[in-house]
Amino acid sequence: MAKQMHPTPMLDALESGPWPSFVTGLKRLAQDKDYVVDLLGQLETSYRTRKGYWKGGTVGVFGYGGGIIPRFTELKDEAGKPIFPDAAEFHTLRVMPPAGMHYNTDVLRQLCDIWERHGSGLIAFHGQSGDIMFQGATSENVQKAFDELNELGFDLGGAGPAVRTSMSCVGAARCEQSCYDEATAHRTVINSFLDDIHRPSLPYKFKFKFSGCPNDCMNSIQRADMAVIGTWRDNIRTDDALAKKWFAKHGMNELVNDVVARCPTKAIQLKEIKDLKPGASVSTVALNDTHALEIENRDCVRCMHCINVMTGALAPGKDKGATVLVGGKRTLKIGDLMGTVVVPFMKLESDEDREKLVELGQKIIDFFAENALEHERTGEMIERIGIVNFLEALEIPIDPNMVSSPRTNPYVRMDGWDDEVAKMKAAKKVA
Amino acid sequence: MAQAQMRRAIESGVPDNRPFLHPKFAANYGNWKYHDRPRPGVLHHVSHTGDEVWSVRAGTQRQMDVATIRKLCDIADRFAESHVRFTIRSNIEFMVSSADKVAPLIAELEKNGFPVGGTGNSVSMIAHTQGWLHCDIPGTDASGAVKALMDELIDEFRSEQMPNRVHLSTSCCEINCGGQADIAIIIQHTKPPVINHDLVANVCERPAVVARCPVAAIRPALVNGKPSLEVDEKKCICCGACYPPCPPMQINDPEHSKFAIWVGGKNSNARAKPTFMKMVAAGIPNNPPRWPEVSAVVKQILAAYKADARSWERLSDWVERIGWPRFFEKTGLPFTKYLIDDWRGARVNLNASAHIRF
Repeated sequence: MAKQMHPTPMLDALESGPWPSFVTGLKRLAQDKDYVVDLLGQLETSYRTRKGYWKGGTVGVFGYGGGIIPRFTELKDEAGKPIFPDAAEFHTLRVMPPAGMHYNTDVLRQLCDIWERHGSGLIAFHGQSGDIMFQGATSENVQKAFDELNELGFDLGGAGPAVRTSMSCVGAARCEQSCYDEATAHRTVINSFLDDIHRPSLPYKFKFKFSGCPNDCMNSIQRADMAVIGTWRDNIRTDDALAKKWFAKHGMNELVNDVVARCPTKAIQLKEIKDLKPGASVSTVALNDTHALEIENRDCVRCMHCINVMTGALAPGKDKGATVLVGGKRTLKIGDLMGTVVVPFMKLESDEDREKLVELGQKIIDFFAENALEHERTGEMIERIGIVNFLEALEIPIDPNMVSSPRTNPYVRMDGWDDEVAKMKAAKKVA
Repeated sequence: MAQAQMRRAIESGVPDNRPFLHPKFAANYGNWKYHDRPRPGVLHHVSHTGDEVWSVRAGTQRQMDVATIRKLCDIADRFAESHVRFTIRSNIEFMVSSADKVAPLIAELEKNGFPVGGTGNSVSMIAHTQGWLHCDIPGTDASGAVKALMDELIDEFRSEQMPNRVHLSTSCCEINCGGQADIAIIIQHTKPPVINHDLVANVCERPAVVARCPVAAIRPALVNGKPSLEVDEKKCICCGACYPPCPPMQINDPEHSKFAIWVGGKNSNARAKPTFMKMVAAGIPNNPPRWPEVSAVVKQILAAYKADARSWERLSDWVERIGWPRFFEKTGLPFTKYLIDDWRGARVNLNASAHIRF
């Protein structure tokens, strides 16, 4: 039995209602741990005063420079003593999850046992960067908890100006829309940058994220410095049986309004079967005995909408790979930036393919380390220096897929134009 | 030689997920054909070999005590097949290899207080941050605001009655760790930082703090004989960027740190290209423990979207069709001058056309 609870009328109000309550969970932990009794005391104070009371510091594990988020209480009395002394230190261990966040109950129970022994007993599955967050350990216990987690096969994630923990979608393990082996790519890439994760020495954070298709379930385009998004080059695959089943259930109105009309590039046409015009870049799928969809794959931008609506009846092609985008981030300091295309397509099937992805990541991180200002993300750096300088430094050939339109202003010095044209022609000949 | 006894870390990095995969996932890896949803909260995947797997999705509180996790493990062992996974929105999924296990599993989850849903056209669990529980710079709490809002939206989590999926996020400061979402709830400070000049010299690397300001409003100054920093309050946009590198520049204000609501963020490439969210409401009080004013605005927006959007329209697609004037009309939210962008690149957000809906 732990010491007596502090009154928590504000937090108590979060125990009612149907959604699972973290307060009820904390109170359960507080039955055995003075640590959590005092944590609830401080949290209740925050609810009352509407102020936060944690400050950072320097806590780590032996051999690493990052991965622990230190928290010391600032809620002190006039003599400078913590008002809730048992929770004066409340550090978090960021631990990298398995790709796709798959677990079995055996490993989850072991994680719980370790954290019950050495920490608060509070675990978040998962933080916004994808870490399992083991929340609440004293400075003394951080190393003990890490040692056991590490022996179980887990490792710390990133914090500070470092390569960060990554995420990948459920992908090939369960999703028919998967366009590459997300888990293997994720693990191969991240485990090639462990030094940059564990010993922060970059200008600022650098995030990789891996989504298996353009639905981008990992939100990589808006959050990752380097987003790897699955796609395909050949024709959309079709299945008449599933298409007929879909059409029988949903009918013509839904087909026209939800599928044909919502194609962003009008690549899909509804036709009578007798009028279909098959071709090398055309996919067709019958809906019944008289009508079919005809898709001009050269016009398709691989947005996924029709495939999402008619899953199985329409499916990504077979010549799969990924598009790589660079520079996504949120707000600070210059405003939101989406990642933009740096590699329109690369295969990701073999170890050699994945090695090329690692090399690309290494080149980008090296350039970032050399050229970004302190606290500047890749997107901000590219905004400052221009994408062409970035691409030339990385020796990545330019491609019209990288722009939404050519420039709309004449403010550029162009006396190298003829040389560039000659270079492009020479490159085309080689290819 | 204390150091000689320290254990050296095994730099193992990302663990191999193969030992954790459900056997059907391992057997059909990369070979799935299609999926459907027999009911809200359940995904049914079929592979090219005819193998089938059912995934039952349930909501969690994300910040879980070990007893909650063990309870979920007990359910997975007794009613599923001991393999689970988590989604990006902190939902847990239980996999089973036969359809007859689905209903008892759902009943057991619901009996233990884990709502089943969050699939398809539902309002899924809110992506959120740490807040007062653990962050060093929070303007508000995260878990509490999320709990309060999900209590009100649980019927929309359990059903699939929205025009398309709805992703929500909350963030405790303008850094927005919660991320882009169809509807995002983010602290918006309205007053410049309050500076404790006694501490700045010892705590803050002053040139780095000056460099952090997006509007160059911070300059070094001597205050009461001590080296400190001062803020040009006419320039200051109250973003709070100076606060993390310099905690004596307190930006959080119990009264004046308000909430803003943003809509229309979409990361998927489906239909339109990915979009950033736009601010549509502000000045909402930070009112723990249940933040009723925030919930009211979110529900107002959701109700208008649910009533008016066509099937497959995400919130951004809906606004694209009806236009911003009708969005504000239908949601009843006031459109003020503060919602007109004047940051860099702002002119692309102005209406450079005669396209007006009457």
